[in-house]
Amino acid sequence: MQTLVAYVENKPGVLNRVSSLARRLAINIDSLTVGPTENEEIARMTIVAHTDERGAHRLEASLEKLVDVLLAENISTRALLERDLALIKVSANQQNRPHLMELIKVFRARVVDVAPESLIIEVSGTVDKIDGLLEVLRPFGVLEMARSGRISMTRGGDLLQPPVSEPQAPNSSPLAQT
Amino acid sequence: MKLTGAEIVCESLTRLGVREIFGYPGGAILPVYDALGKSKLHHVLVRHEQGATHMADGYARASGGIGVAMATSGPGATNMVTGIATAMLDSSPVVCITGQVSSKVLGTDAFQEIDITGITMPITKHNVVVTKAEDVARTLREAFLIANSGRPGPVLVDITKDAQQASAEFNWEASVPKLPPKRRRNNHDQAEFDRAVEMLNTAKRPVILAGHGIMVSSAMRAFEQFVHAGNYPVAMTLLGIGCFPANNPLNLGMMGMHGEAWVNNAIQEADLLIAVGMRFDDRVTGDLRTYAKSARKIHIEIDRAEINKNVKVDAALVGDAREVLERLTPHIETREHTSWIRHITELKGDSAVRDIQSLPDSGHLYAAHVINDLWKETRGEAIIVTDVGQHQMWEAQYYHHNRARTLITSGGLGTMGFALPAAIGAKFAKPDSEVWVVVGDGGFQMTMSELATIVQEKINIKIAIINNGFLGMVRQWQEFFYDKRYVATPLVAPDFAALANAFGIRGERISKRAEVVPTIRSARESAETVLLDFRVEQEDSVYPMVAAGASLSDMIRRPNNPLVETATEP
Repeated sequence: MQTLVAYVENKPGVLNRVSSLARRLAINIDSLTVGPTENEEIARMTIVAHTDERGAHRLEASLEKLVDVLLAENISTRALLERDLALIKVSANQQNRPHLMELIKVFRARVVDVAPESLIIEVSGTVDKIDGLLEVLRPFGVLEMARSGRISMTRGGDLLQPPVSEPQAPNSSPLAQT
Repeated sequence: MKLTGAEIVCESLTRLGVREIFGYPGGAILPVYDALGKSKLHHVLVRHEQGATHMADGYARASGGIGVAMATSGPGATNMVTGIATAMLDSSPVVCITGQVSSKVLGTDAFQEIDITGITMPITKHNVVVTKAEDVARTLREAFLIANSGRPGPVLVDITKDAQQASAEFNWEASVPKLPPKRRRNNHDQAEFDRAVEMLNTAKRPVILAGHGIMVSSAMRAFEQFVHAGNYPVAMTLLGIGCFPANNPLNLGMMGMHGEAWVNNAIQEADLLIAVGMRFDDRVTGDLRTYAKSARKIHIEIDRAEINKNVKVDAALVGDAREVLERLTPHIETREHTSWIRHITELKGDSAVRDIQSLPDSGHLYAAHVINDLWKETRGEAIIVTDVGQHQMWEAQYYHHNRARTLITSGGLGTMGFALPAAIGAKFAKPDSEVWVVVGDGGFQMTMSELATIVQEKINIKIAIINNGFLGMVRQWQEFFYDKRYVATPLVAPDFAALANAFGIRGERISKRAEVVPTIRSARESAETVLLDFRVEQEDSVYPMVAAGASLSDMIRRPNNPLVETATEP
């Protein structure tokens, strides 16, 4: 599994170009999250892909060839902070509710909705942590689940910032007429 | 100055240096055609939009500039798809302008509405929909910038009819491209560079693999200096032909599936491969597990995505071919490579049996005769535009090109029907050059309607049909790999000479070897287009051949007794 971060133009069709490219390279995307950055014209993507290092290089280099992609970087081998968010609706009754609450506490999850027959649990963390919670909740009956997909950031001073606009040279005649 | 979007299209194209547009009108692009009539741009009316894209492509490849194709929405746009893909696979800078239904009805399945940007997303370098007249000039400038920078490729600009009709302030100076900022990668890795220099200076059996990228970056001089600095033998890809003179003793010829045996053997025995502006296509490498196993590899390439894609390399120098070569050459220590070059020359001797000159004149006509004679008669100076198949490979083997951009052929996509329209485009790019179409009887029938375009435009090109009554290359595969079961390859064709006459073009049929040279001479003397229908051996094959997926060392060689069946008269 390889993790890539991409900064892209925040406009219609760009997600299509990115996902279409992965499809063309026959790379299966495990998760792709996208959201605006502090600059509303630029969006940031975290792409988790089922491929090896060579495939990730190809995806990274091919992504950067897209006009609307400002930067793409394979960050798989760097020190990363990774987060996934899940909302899990689990069936809960009077008898098992105390037991559930205990598990939720152990996993540092939160109950965000309470109904007579169910609870919604919010949990964030690494994929492993969420998978772990899911495992212990399963016997209670998981009714519904929504996961955000992974977002990743390199740790500490290892910065991955979008490139800034610089004035472009006018192309009065790009035709190399020979 | 207020102009309509349509007028801005014409004004912008003129300012971008465009002289000719290859296109076909229709409802959604009519405002632009109306404006074209008032402009100085010359519009070439094609007979099918695929032809327009191939013409723009041929124009681009012959000139090094950008070719422009135009079509209406819907079927006009979808007819361009094959031509766009052809340009994409061969990194050819083509700008396609399509009309689109009005922005108010976008997405309603309006008459002749199709999502052409969606369709062409994977086969364009970039594409864009323009819905406002004020965006037209900037977008076209961006399209031209993208098409011919870095690794070139086709760009499609889809302009809605209301954007063509609306008026906007036209200010060329203010309409500067506003492309998203790109991370600047520092591609110069000193350690990688030093490693490459070390490999270049210690190699005993080096071979250069020269590709299309040398022409794209206009690196011909820098390349020649690099070659001579190190005395490196040069093998060419199909699209690389012409980037290094064929008459230079260091030029070995074409490599790969139908490369000469000595070229492939030299690659397999090499201890260093220096790949310049090429992409290790499967037609070039054969089976990757057995490809040049004893060679270290240096890859000089502008596109990072090509590095280690097919062949794992030992040093990758990412950048423009000319810049990288100019940086490398001063570090090359001269080596004669005498014994290595002598060895390759000995390998050539083994292939003498294949030499077309040593075949006795049995009265039968071989395609190789035609191409060899064409080469001699034109002294290798003509622009040859080929289609796809056997004749394409024979051209690559027997026409020896000394100059860049004189062989125009569809390599990556292998598009039949390419030759005739691409030659029309090439003739517009190089009106003073002699342009020959070399095409099979199959491919010619795909786009022969463009003969009418030739007549309407009064241009002078020469057409040599290599007519063997088969889809020859497919027949060859059936002969070699399907036990001679010739399914769907025998091909009925019209009398091409009579067909040419019907278009108002002189046509001749040739079936004897002795007739070839006189007919070529008389065609060259004509100031008009001439079509020559060469009836050649029906079941001749291209040798050597590396079967798809086989090792490059494993070549099927020409039998000692060549076929003697003659093309039969219909």
